[in-house]
Amino acid sequence: MTAAVFFGCAFIAFGPALALYVFTIATDPLRVTFLIAGAFFWLVSLLLPSVFRYLVRIIAENRDGPIQKYLLIFRVLLSVCIQELFRLAYYRLRASEGLKSINPEETAPSMRLLAYVSGLGFGIMSGVFSFVNTLSDSLGPGTVGIHGDSPQFFLNSAFMTLVIILLHVFWGIVFFDGCEKKKWYILLMVLLTHLLVSTQVSVVTVLSVLAELKCRGLSGRFQPNEGHIHGK
Amino acid sequence: MATTRGGSGPDPGSRGLLLLLSFSVILAGLCRGNSVERKIYIPLNRTAPCVRLLNATHQIGCQSSISGDTGVLHVVEREEDLQWVLTDGPNPPYMVLLEGKLFNRAVMEKLKGRTSRIAGLAVTLAKPNSTSSFSPSVQCPNDGFGIYSNSYGSEFAHCKQTLWNELGNGLAYEDFSFPIFLLEDENETKVIKQCYQDHNLAQNGSAPRFPLCAMQLFSHMHAVISTATCMRRSFIQSTFSINPEIVCDPLSDYNVWSMLKPINTSGALEPDDRVVVAATRLDSRSFFWNVAPGAESAVASYVTQLAAAEALHKASDVATLPRNVMFVFFQGETFDYIGSSRMVYDMENGKFPVRLENIDSFVELGQVALRTSLDLWMHTDPMSQKNESVKNQVEDLLVTLEKSGAGVPEVVLRRQNQSQALPPSSLQRFLRARNISGVVLADHSGSFHNRYYQSIYDTAENINVTYPERQSPEEDLNFVTDTAKALANVATVLARALYELAGGTNFSDSIQADPQTVTRLLYGFLVRANNSWFQSILRQDLRSYLDDGPLQHYIAVTSPTNTTYVVQYALANLTGKVTNLTREQCQDPSKVPNESKALYDYSWVQGPLNSNKTERLPRCVRSTVRLARALSPAFELSQWGSTEYSTWAESRWKDIQARIFLVASKELEFITLTVGFGILIFSLIVTYCINAKADVLFVAPREPGAVSY
Repeated sequence: MTAAVFFGCAFIAFGPALALYVFTIATDPLRVTFLIAGAFFWLVSLLLPSVFRYLVRIIAENRDGPIQKYLLIFRVLLSVCIQELFRLAYYRLRASEGLKSINPEETAPSMRLLAYVSGLGFGIMSGVFSFVNTLSDSLGPGTVGIHGDSPQFFLNSAFMTLVIILLHVFWGIVFFDGCEKKKWYILLMVLLTHLLVSTQVSVVTVLSVLAELKCRGLSGRFQPNEGHIHGK
Repeated sequence: MATTRGGSGPDPGSRGLLLLLSFSVILAGLCRGNSVERKIYIPLNRTAPCVRLLNATHQIGCQSSISGDTGVLHVVEREEDLQWVLTDGPNPPYMVLLEGKLFNRAVMEKLKGRTSRIAGLAVTLAKPNSTSSFSPSVQCPNDGFGIYSNSYGSEFAHCKQTLWNELGNGLAYEDFSFPIFLLEDENETKVIKQCYQDHNLAQNGSAPRFPLCAMQLFSHMHAVISTATCMRRSFIQSTFSINPEIVCDPLSDYNVWSMLKPINTSGALEPDDRVVVAATRLDSRSFFWNVAPGAESAVASYVTQLAAAEALHKASDVATLPRNVMFVFFQGETFDYIGSSRMVYDMENGKFPVRLENIDSFVELGQVALRTSLDLWMHTDPMSQKNESVKNQVEDLLVTLEKSGAGVPEVVLRRQNQSQALPPSSLQRFLRARNISGVVLADHSGSFHNRYYQSIYDTAENINVTYPERQSPEEDLNFVTDTAKALANVATVLARALYELAGGTNFSDSIQADPQTVTRLLYGFLVRANNSWFQSILRQDLRSYLDDGPLQHYIAVTSPTNTTYVVQYALANLTGKVTNLTREQCQDPSKVPNESKALYDYSWVQGPLNSNKTERLPRCVRSTVRLARALSPAFELSQWGSTEYSTWAESRWKDIQARIFLVASKELEFITLTVGFGILIFSLIVTYCINAKADVLFVAPREPGAVSY
């Protein structure tokens, strides 16, 4: 839908994350490092569900309908569980090593700071992954709707991404706090709310993802989209 | 500087992790990009663009902007609908979907003048009926490249005496600054019209509301102005640049030629060896790129000549005829006689085994399929007949033709009453070089009978090649239509005439063209190329050149085209002999006694299916059929601005596609942008404020040595 929509949606989705980064993270290189570590952990946590999806695609190639839908839901659950597992892994890593201090002279960062930064890292990477392809399609001249979908698709996706980023920040803080205080029911709450949000999104987009499952070939998230280089 | 130890894991494993990361990036593709794109766009796959062609002085055809032209769709089914596009519509530019029957000069003139409101044009295929006509070619085809000019035969020049293509509107030779596409598929047209009806129709005279259905056409052409300019630019690029960007290619292909009696192609004929030339054209064109069914303008004529060649080769005393016969199929005649001008040039410069001095007479087949009565007209050139000896030779030629035609009652050869110019034909190029006696046979006395000359509607239906319903393709292949019978009669007349002209005396009446051959050729070229007979006569690697539809006769820039190959192999099959050479011998017959590559051409063809229909029985076919390069001498001599030879070239392009989608209003886009900016500014302010007051808002945890935000 042209550059105006591209920039509008990009600012809506990543504006608050950018603001948080600029004012709270960018000032301290240690925090930047932790942020990138958090982002990396999220990426790795995406690897396992992707492998699973690839295997499933090979096995259950042509079966349509309910099987694909159930497989999709299972994949979402798996993906969420693994993300939370990696959040736990990050906590363990930080708890055991990070606070033993990288720079003995400087005072070690608090666990709450770590929680916030890791949550923001998770959130930014998750947001980028889920939104950047849609953003690139918004650069072309067309808008969603010719098949009957809502024409507010881009705005909805942008707001959804914004929400997810902020939610990841909150989940990070709550999760680490639960780990610190050994209150395991808090971890369960985080997992459940994460599942709730993901399945909400899935239910809303399940039909379009069904169509997507028929898409042949594994195109990478960041593969150049030739059709849009022409379409600009 | 903070260490990176905590950042991305231990260093020795970091490269492995990076590999893993990239692997995961690739695997992590949820195809979201493709699925969002599929939500937005519907690609139109069965379309044909209009491309840019250039000659020495002009450019013709269509051009789009480099990133495609987008416009709100508007369906124009009657001329009144054009008003919305040209003046009334509130959301220019518009992309017009034009009914085929409205694609005429008047409408195009209106659209051409208002390019600020027109983004492009999509034309649907009309159903031609018995009274309609459409010819985008000019009224005087190949004017200025034949023999008649202001200095020679000025009373015949520029079609002053006879307007050959009366119904021509010249659209194909205009330059348009917006893209024009042909929608070949009915179903896609329905989808587009449905989108238009759902979104673009105005309620009760008010403006239609966004989002509106729109179409985008990409057909950006790289070449501009003229052949001279684009060839010069390409030449500079290829000389000085490491990565040359060629912008245009000359139109070129190959002529197909064969001799009745084999000649040594490595040398030249003696001046005493006389040759009778039988010529016709292979190509046609239309407004759109690579759509050129050319049924009446080319196919019927060359199929007739193929059948005549077959019939003549069957005569028993062929080897003892005093004169030889050369069958030649010129490619590129549509574009100012590319093939014939090149052959004349090669003959003059000794690059072709037959020279101009060897030509005894010249018989050309013009358009022959639409005979309304039994008449077949013989056209001769009045200017060369001013010379007495040429006049006598032409008279003998006509008498021989009439004599041969006497034996075939279904064809009546008629002479012209008065001196009339030659129709556009390859003979004109030969007459430019030397006064030879020649005749052009055609079904028209004055202007063409073909109402769809060089257009997309010049299909099998135009020459009444229709098949009964519910027959299998094999049955259709062998079904002899009336047109096939009529063309076989013309072929018989031609073959007998060539026999007599070559000096044969005895067996004239036994020469008969086979209607079965004619009908199979017509079916293959006009209806379905992928049939059993065509498959059996081609080489194995050319199998994929046959599609399930008709063959197109546009000369194109890659050579040889599908049609040239099929004609070459059909001629080889019809006039050649199956030898029992093995495959290796066929590819290199120098070791085999009595076989010579200088005299003959050997090809290893697929052959028919065996009785179990599982395998093919390939064989070696020996014939005198060869290809001769048909590239205009202007490009050989680098005279890109030449007015003597054809200079037609086709532009290059990168991407040609069409798609439809919905567009949102500018207001909505602006609102999105402002909301985005607003959220960004708001979050920046809030974050700054909270950060500044963080020690007040957030109580530090009670752990010792902990740092607050």
